[in-house]
Amino acid sequence: MVNRIEVGFRKGVRDAMGEKVRRRIIENLHLDVEDVRTVDVYTIEGNLRKRELTAAARGPLSDPIIQRHAVNRGLAEGFDWLIEVGFRPGVTDNVGKTAREAIELLLGGRRGGRSINVYTSRQYIIRGGIGREEAERIASGLLANDLIEHYDIVSGRDWNPAKGMPAHVPRVMGEDDIRVEEIDLRVSEGELLEISNRRVLALSLGEMEAIRDYFRSEAVLQERRAFGLGERITDVELESLAQTWSEHCKHKIFNSRIAYAEEAGQSIVIDSLFDTFIKGSTREIREKMGDEDWCLSVFVDNAGVIKFNEDHNLVFKVETHNSPSALDPYGGALTGIVGVNRDPFGTGKGARLIFNTDVFCFATPFYDRPLPKRILHPRRIYEGVREGVEHGGNKSGIPTVNGCIVFDDRFLGKPLVYCGTGGIMPARLDGEPTHTKDIRAGDVIVMTGGRIGKDGIHGATFSSEELHEGSPVTAVQIGDPITQKKMTDFLLVARDRNLYRAITDNGAGGLSSSVGEMARLPGGCEIDLQKAPLKYAGLQPWEILLSEAQERMTLAVDPRKVDAFIILAEKMGVEATVLGRFTDSGKFHVLYGEKTVACLDMAFLHDGVPQLELRATWAAPCHEEPGFPVPADPGKALKTMLSRLNICSKESVVRQYDHEVQGGSVVKPLVGAMNDGPGDAAVIRPLLDSFEGIVVANGICPRYSDIDTYHMAACAIDEAVRNTIAVGGSLGRIAGLDNFCWCDPVQSEKTPDGEYKLAQLVRANQALYDYTRAYGVPCISGKDSMKNDYQIEDTKISIPPTLLFSTIGKMDDVRKAMTMDAKAAGHLIYVLGDTYPELGGSEWFAMNGWVGNEVPKVDAERAKKLYSALSRAIDAGVVASCHDCSDGGLAVALAETAFSGGFGMAVDLACVPAQNIDRDDYLLFSESQSRFVVTIAPEAKDVFESMLQGNTFAEIGEVLVEPVFIVKGMGGEKIIEEDIYALKEAWQKPLRF
Amino acid sequence: MARKVRSIVLTGNGTNCEREMAHACRLAGSDEVDIVHISELLYGEKRLDDYEFLNLPGGFLDGDDLGSAKAGANRLIHAGIRESSEKLSDQFFRFIRDGKLVLGVCNGFQLMVKLGLLPAFDGDYLKQTATLTFNDSGRFEDRWVYLNILRDTPCVFTRDIERMYLPVRHGEGKFVAKNRSVLRRLHLQGQVVVRYSDAKCLDAVMEYPLNPNGATDAVAGICDETGRLFGLMPHPEAYLHRTNHPRWTRENLPEEGMGLAVFRNAVDFIRSPEF
Repeated sequence: MVNRIEVGFRKGVRDAMGEKVRRRIIENLHLDVEDVRTVDVYTIEGNLRKRELTAAARGPLSDPIIQRHAVNRGLAEGFDWLIEVGFRPGVTDNVGKTAREAIELLLGGRRGGRSINVYTSRQYIIRGGIGREEAERIASGLLANDLIEHYDIVSGRDWNPAKGMPAHVPRVMGEDDIRVEEIDLRVSEGELLEISNRRVLALSLGEMEAIRDYFRSEAVLQERRAFGLGERITDVELESLAQTWSEHCKHKIFNSRIAYAEEAGQSIVIDSLFDTFIKGSTREIREKMGDEDWCLSVFVDNAGVIKFNEDHNLVFKVETHNSPSALDPYGGALTGIVGVNRDPFGTGKGARLIFNTDVFCFATPFYDRPLPKRILHPRRIYEGVREGVEHGGNKSGIPTVNGCIVFDDRFLGKPLVYCGTGGIMPARLDGEPTHTKDIRAGDVIVMTGGRIGKDGIHGATFSSEELHEGSPVTAVQIGDPITQKKMTDFLLVARDRNLYRAITDNGAGGLSSSVGEMARLPGGCEIDLQKAPLKYAGLQPWEILLSEAQERMTLAVDPRKVDAFIILAEKMGVEATVLGRFTDSGKFHVLYGEKTVACLDMAFLHDGVPQLELRATWAAPCHEEPGFPVPADPGKALKTMLSRLNICSKESVVRQYDHEVQGGSVVKPLVGAMNDGPGDAAVIRPLLDSFEGIVVANGICPRYSDIDTYHMAACAIDEAVRNTIAVGGSLGRIAGLDNFCWCDPVQSEKTPDGEYKLAQLVRANQALYDYTRAYGVPCISGKDSMKNDYQIEDTKISIPPTLLFSTIGKMDDVRKAMTMDAKAAGHLIYVLGDTYPELGGSEWFAMNGWVGNEVPKVDAERAKKLYSALSRAIDAGVVASCHDCSDGGLAVALAETAFSGGFGMAVDLACVPAQNIDRDDYLLFSESQSRFVVTIAPEAKDVFESMLQGNTFAEIGEVLVEPVFIVKGMGGEKIIEEDIYALKEAWQKPLRF
Repeated sequence: MARKVRSIVLTGNGTNCEREMAHACRLAGSDEVDIVHISELLYGEKRLDDYEFLNLPGGFLDGDDLGSAKAGANRLIHAGIRESSEKLSDQFFRFIRDGKLVLGVCNGFQLMVKLGLLPAFDGDYLKQTATLTFNDSGRFEDRWVYLNILRDTPCVFTRDIERMYLPVRHGEGKFVAKNRSVLRRLHLQGQVVVRYSDAKCLDAVMEYPLNPNGATDAVAGICDETGRLFGLMPHPEAYLHRTNHPRWTRENLPEEGMGLAVFRNAVDFIRSPEF
């Protein structure tokens, strides 16, 4: 039996959600509607009496003070259009799940013997003079995402409230018969590729052939017969291999053999970028640190681990979730953040999560040209991603401490959604170190957390391709932060009681990946998929193995502790299921009940993928040298610059993220006199009874890739380090994460410029190697996402090559932390570091329609010396404010320092240390690296200057009590005089929505 | 010898401010502070009776999926203690009857209001007469707010506190009373304890963002008639040290954060003969 309960606001009660939707209809779709009200609908399947339905409606489902409810009739009245949006079958319905649990408890618990299901939907009740076509646009363009949601539209004229809407149950209709398909690989090359394409395996011909050849070996076939398997590969095996060998999981491009040639002559062969440049740099840095080495676990686990102090370790990881966010921004981003949460949580023995950091790359939200097929409007992506991360982060109780948003219209095809999470773990448990994994043959495989559904199937392989017409919708998932929170609450207790041996997360590739990876330690595994708890019937074995359904961890549990583990799980309301055991058989052995459905050699599964051989050719691009006049009104130019999307305030996004939960916030993302200035980096105190802190920073500058990715990468690294220094951190205890998001760099018909794009990748890696070593900042983990292209019909959009460099630093005493806002009138203003005519790829050139060629370059030796001196000065307490110069250069940094502090300033450009600059606008907006704007109290002048001795710096002006921003040009005349609040308004206005 | 003060911070199903709340209880001088998962109460391993000070921390009980703290309130009312005829709510009401202290912050406040623990006129702790609903802005926001504390109130948590500056971090914090007479009675009985105010913490304000959610009469926190049950949307446990303040790098601030006084008042009250 199916019943509907509707819950809406009483008359006269403000419907803030409805108002928000109305604003979006007006702003995003430019349709004028008078009024939008919302009604929540619970469709309940199961035998409930009228009295029970009323009790549910009155009890947990509605708020008697402000809401009213109706059972099996419509609440809506007096409207023009009603749009009801509900989920498609199988899409995670978190509210439905909570409602089901609440109703079951109300009716006497699950043991009452009656099972019910609850599906939620929402009605938007619209008044306004729009027609059906406009209502359709609102439904499909704003309220519902066709991939995961369906909608119904009813005209007010046809409405019968006594009947209301018909009940619609999005039940998953699965097939009951379990089938394991066998695939014959003894076919032509063309057919091999056809198999790969049809099944979204993303395997190349070479890889398909390697699999085919494995199945030709007589030894392999003989062993298979012993397990009751035939000569043909099973779908379970083929899917497992495709997932394990996916670009997403195996990083085939980063591990390829590359012949790299430069136009000018240099030609080298690189055997794995990852080994050579990333691991290579970390290895050298660690060797140099010797006994002082504070890296504990690098590149081997789900996240990197470093020492925090004698008793605690820090864990950090950043991931991307680009492809899913392109299809469903909300679900994709939500899954991105709760997914990366599980990385530090699944590292070593597991870490408690203490901060999130998010970086998004979007096309302009004001995009006004026609959109290519299957692409959502960037504003919708912006709002959806923002909201997904809000729900994922806030509901998990993890503060979002910093981040940024980068805009470039090439992110139209695929937005980049970087989500990072840090954690802290005790250094030892029962005397044993916590940062390593120890799994023994005989240990029990336990899965805990959520159940398995059809969600996220082929996520790993799908994200290893460009977004195309046939991109599977099953790749989209919606995360459930509360199920995950309950699970992590439980697992932290289990960890502290030492109830398990090792833990890992279920992300891309699901059980296939988590169990497969863990099984490498003991050397084999045996799992029975029939034991896996499912959301609904009808999943085939390969789907159970591959499903990326969220909120699940896999554990290795000592058989003597399994009972205690399961009992604790049940007590804390978390599902935990034994699926099998780890072995030392050398086999990845999968059963469904009694029957073997996959049996692969561990060695083949993990090491059988052939190494790619690629070519890279570097020819430095040459852009036309810019030719535009010096602006007549530099003050106006500054305001326009402050309103650039890459420079302007992101406060509206920041405010919607809880950045203070857990009580350890020290330097917030918003600082200054009015709590609205742009903090350079975050400082947090993870242990409330200690003043030791963590600095979290990031650097990202994809625009420089248009000139040279070597310098793009160098600048990203410098920016992260510079930001760390600016808030009071210091060189010597900073660890980095590299997250590469590239466009397809493999030469092919689809990608005729693959060799150039691969050369860009090589150069970025060379810079990573050079600069991480120079700064002594080892990478401890990282990730790459290599297929950030969009290709449908004749339209191809490739993102600019993008490296996000994220850092985590240790600060001994957070009470010495620094912020960027000017602190008092009369303070002296200094610029630290040299300015060069480096405007290639700058915001100033971009604003004027140019790219240029002189990209900023980092002189690491000079920068290091400056950073050390500045750190000592901040530590000594002689600095009042410190702000790094990045996008928009000196002028933007100065203006931000002034208006964030609520003071004016007067500066003289003639005093700014500069080389070869003859234009005021170039000096104002050059993006030369390793520079800071610092203010100090006049009485600190001598000490400050002596501490900075030997570095480039100059006093350039003074902080004023009057709120006016005055700049004298190099020629001695006043070129800017602007009210700081006018500058601030220009900076705050663009994204205030 | 002074009475022992045992504080419990109740967690589970989505709470997330339990650690800093426990830290506040410790700094305030509690002799014992336990972070207790609700399953420990439901399994009878821990009992509310063994504590004097109950803390209901912020978070997202059950994701706030049915409206903030709604599913959480449903659980507290209906959940039974394992292998016992007692319900969890029996322990709650006994705790209240015994005159012990309950503090709910943010989601904890929402829980108390939706259960009926606040404002609980005439000692009826089961009747909901107010609510906390979506902010007028329609969005979750993290921002610091100035708070005016009323003096003429039975609330034991705010004694000798005149003003506070604390963060709010919520999407559903707009206080709404059932009707005018409830509102009038709340004011008359001094149960409106904390109001969003101007920067001097003197006058209640309705203007956004000083009043961050559009709360009726700028109500940010209320107590019951005994003053021993208190809930508020802003987070006192988020400001325990000066480095929590958003402007600590530019203002001369005392080492101790303003929020700690709320917890110290609770602990001191329990130690006093008045308790």
